[in-house]
Amino acid sequence: MKRRELVSRILIAAAVAGAVGMPLYFWWSTPLVHARLAENGGFRPDVLRAEVGVPLHLRLTSDDVVHGFAVGKMDMQSVDVLPGKVADVTLTFDTPGTYTFYCTRWCGINHWRMRGTIEVSGLESGVGTDTTPAADDVKAPSYVTLGLDIDSPHESPVIPGLRPSAKSGERRAAHLPGSKFLTPDFYRTHSPYQAWRELRNTPSLSNLDDQEIWNLVAFIWRSNTTPVDIAAGGKLFAQNCAACHGGKGAGNGIFAEELAAAGQASMKTMAGAKDMRRQTPANFADAKRMLGASPALLQGKILRGGMGTGMPSWGPVFTQDQSWDLVAFPYSFPFLYQE
Amino acid sequence: MNRIELTRNSLVKRALVNRYPQFALFVAMLFGYIFAIMAGLLSTPVGNSNFSIVFVWVAWWAILILVAVPLFGRGWCAVCPIPLPGEWLQRGATLNPPQRKPRWANRRWPKFLSNIWLQNIFFLLLALFSSVVLTLPKLTSVILAAMLFAAMGLGMVFERRSFCRYLCPVGGFIGIYSQTAPIELRVKDRHVCAACTGKPCYNGSASGYGCPWGVFPPGLSKNTECGLCLECLRTCPYDNIAVNLRPFSADLQKPSARMDEAFKAFIMLGSAMIYAAVLLGPWGEVKNAAYQIGTGTWFFYAAAFLAIIFVVLPLPLALCALRFKNLETFKKRFSTLSTALIPLGLAFWVAFSLSFVLSNGSYVLASLNDPLGLGWDMIGAANIAWRPLLPSFLVPAQTLTLVGGLIWSGRTAQKAASEVDVSPVPPVLYCLAATLVMLWLLI
Repeated sequence: MKRRELVSRILIAAAVAGAVGMPLYFWWSTPLVHARLAENGGFRPDVLRAEVGVPLHLRLTSDDVVHGFAVGKMDMQSVDVLPGKVADVTLTFDTPGTYTFYCTRWCGINHWRMRGTIEVSGLESGVGTDTTPAADDVKAPSYVTLGLDIDSPHESPVIPGLRPSAKSGERRAAHLPGSKFLTPDFYRTHSPYQAWRELRNTPSLSNLDDQEIWNLVAFIWRSNTTPVDIAAGGKLFAQNCAACHGGKGAGNGIFAEELAAAGQASMKTMAGAKDMRRQTPANFADAKRMLGASPALLQGKILRGGMGTGMPSWGPVFTQDQSWDLVAFPYSFPFLYQE
Repeated sequence: MNRIELTRNSLVKRALVNRYPQFALFVAMLFGYIFAIMAGLLSTPVGNSNFSIVFVWVAWWAILILVAVPLFGRGWCAVCPIPLPGEWLQRGATLNPPQRKPRWANRRWPKFLSNIWLQNIFFLLLALFSSVVLTLPKLTSVILAAMLFAAMGLGMVFERRSFCRYLCPVGGFIGIYSQTAPIELRVKDRHVCAACTGKPCYNGSASGYGCPWGVFPPGLSKNTECGLCLECLRTCPYDNIAVNLRPFSADLQKPSARMDEAFKAFIMLGSAMIYAAVLLGPWGEVKNAAYQIGTGTWFFYAAAFLAIIFVVLPLPLALCALRFKNLETFKKRFSTLSTALIPLGLAFWVAFSLSFVLSNGSYVLASLNDPLGLGWDMIGAANIAWRPLLPSFLVPAQTLTLVGGLIWSGRTAQKAASEVDVSPVPPVLYCLAATLVMLWLLI
C-alpha cells in the first residue's frame, strides 16, 4: 500500500473514531438528571445519593416541556428546567435522611408524580436549619395522633346564612367562655362546625344568634393564624394546588377537567359514579366541605394525599409550618378575615 | 448558447483534478455526518436544541435548497458523505485506484429499476412521516445511519453508486432541479470521445475511476445524472472534459420525456405546497393529523397528500396533453409539459424554505454552542434567545422568489408546449394558479 493511501486511511479512521468516540466520551462523563413528563418516566435517575456537608452538583435538563426542580423541606429557590437546556444546581445537606425532589412547574396532568429522592448519608453536621426533615420526621402528624379517618365524608350539617366575619366575631370575643377556644390545639383538632356546635351549646352564649356564633368561629380561626401565614399559604397554594383546585379553590383548576375525565375512564369498570366523583379536585369554596373539616384533617389530606384520588402526598415536600400555612389559606374562602 | 469554460483556467483545473482538496472535504463531511448521527442518539430529544435536527433539517437544508441546488446543481452530491464508505470499500482505495481491485459482486443494477421511481417512493415516505422525522432526533439519526449503511450494502452488491443514482431520496430532486443550475460538466468535443479507445472516463484508468454514476460523459445532455464527482476530469487523456458556467435553466431547453422525472416534479411541487400548509399554516387540525402517525386522521392526511400529488396536480396537465392518439404520445406530451414545474417547484421550495430556515435559523448558533446538549457554552451563545432572522426581509424575498419562479416556469412552459405542439396557455395558467395558491399559503 502506498504511503499516501495509508495516511488517508488513518485520517478517515481518526475522523470516524473521533465522530463516534468524542460524543460517547462526553456523554458518558457528563451525567445529567433528565426530566420528562411523568407518563414518560419523570425524573431519570430518580434516586440520587449525597453526603452530609459535601456539595451535590446536579445538572438538570428537560427532555420535553418546561419542568421545575426543588427539594422538599429545604429552603431553596426552585429552578426552571427548560427543554434542551441544562440547569446547574448545587445542594448541601446538613442532616442525613431521605429528601424528596419534585417538579415545580405544572407540566401536565401527572405533574405531581414527577418526584425522586436524594439519599443523604453521613453524620449530622449540626448546622442544619429548623426545616430539616429529621426534625419533622420524628413527629407524627396530628391526623395520626388524633386517629382521624380523613377519607370519610366531613360535610358540615349547618352552614351560615352569611359569610362569617372575624371582625364581627372579635367584637363578641369577650363572651368566649375561657381561653381554650383560642388555643392552637382547639383550632387544629376541631372543624369550624364542631367549634360552632360547642359554642352554640354553651349556655353563656345563648343570647347570640347562629350567625353571631359563626362570626366567633371565624374570629377563633383568624386568631390562630396571621396575615403573613395566610399569604405564605396562599403562595404555596398557587404554586402547588391551584393547577387542580383552581386559583380561588373552587375545584376548577386547569387540570380539573382532565382529572375528571381520567377518573371517569379508570372508574368506569370499578366502583361506579360515586367513586368517579372522587377524582374531581375538592372545592374549597363549598362552605359545607370547609366548615366540616378540621385543620388536622386538612393537614392529613395534604401530608398523606388522597388515596385513590388524584390528590398527591405532600408529606415529603412541605415542612410542618408550611403545611399549617397551607391549611390556613383555604379557610379564608368561607371566612371573612379582613373587611 | 454562451458558456464559460471554468476548467480553462489552469488554477481551477488543478484544484479540481487534485484529489486532496476533495479528500479533505470528504473527511470533514464524513466526520460531521457521523457526529450528527451520534448527537441525534445521545443528545437531548428536544428537536430544536438537538444538533442532529438543527444541522440536518435547518442548516444543511438551507445550504442545499437556497444555495447548492440553485447555483451548483448536484454540487452537494459532489461532497456528500453518504456514499463514501461504501465507495471506498468497493474501490479498495480512498485516493487513487489500486493495482488490485477487491472482489465484490459488482452486479449491474436491474434494468427495470433504472429510473427514479424508487427515489420518488423514498422521498414520499420521508415526506409522509416528515412531521416526526423533522422533530425526533433519534429517528433522524436512524435514517442517516440507514442511508449510510444502505449505500455501503449496495456498493458491495452493485457496481458504482447505485444508491445515489437510484435510491437516495434527496438525489432524485437534486437531479431534476440541477437542470436549472448555471453549472455543468460536459465533454468539449464528442468526436474526440468517439475516437478514444478504452473509454477511461467510463471504465477508469490509473488516473482515476470510471464514472461512479454510470454515465458515459459524451452522452451527457443534462445535469440530472452527473454527480460532479470530477473523476472524468481526472481520467480523460485528451483534456476533453469541461466544467462550464452557463445560463440558468439551460437543460430545460430540451425537455425531459420521462414519466418518473415528470412525477418527481409533481411530488416536489405538491410537497412544497403541503408543507407550507402543514408546517407554516394556521390549521391546527391538519398539523395534528400529520403528527398523529398511525391514527385514522393520519391515514386521511396521507391519502389526501398522495391524492394531491398523484391526482389533483397532474390532472390539469394531463388534460392539456390528452389527444388519445396513443399512450406514448400522451406520455411524451405530459412529461414535456411538466418540465415547467421544475423552475416553479424550485421557486416554491426556496420560498417555503426561507420561512422555515429564517424562523429556525437562530437554533443553529445554540446547537453549535452546545452540540451534545450537555450544557456547554463553547461560543458564548448560551443566553441567546430564539428569534426569527430577518423578519422584514422574508415576505418580499418570498414574493420575489414566487413571482420570479412563475415568470421562469411560464417561459419554460411556452417552450415545452411548442415542443409537443399544444397551446401554451393552459400550462401557463396552471403555473399561475399554483403560484397564487403558494402565495396565499406563505404570505
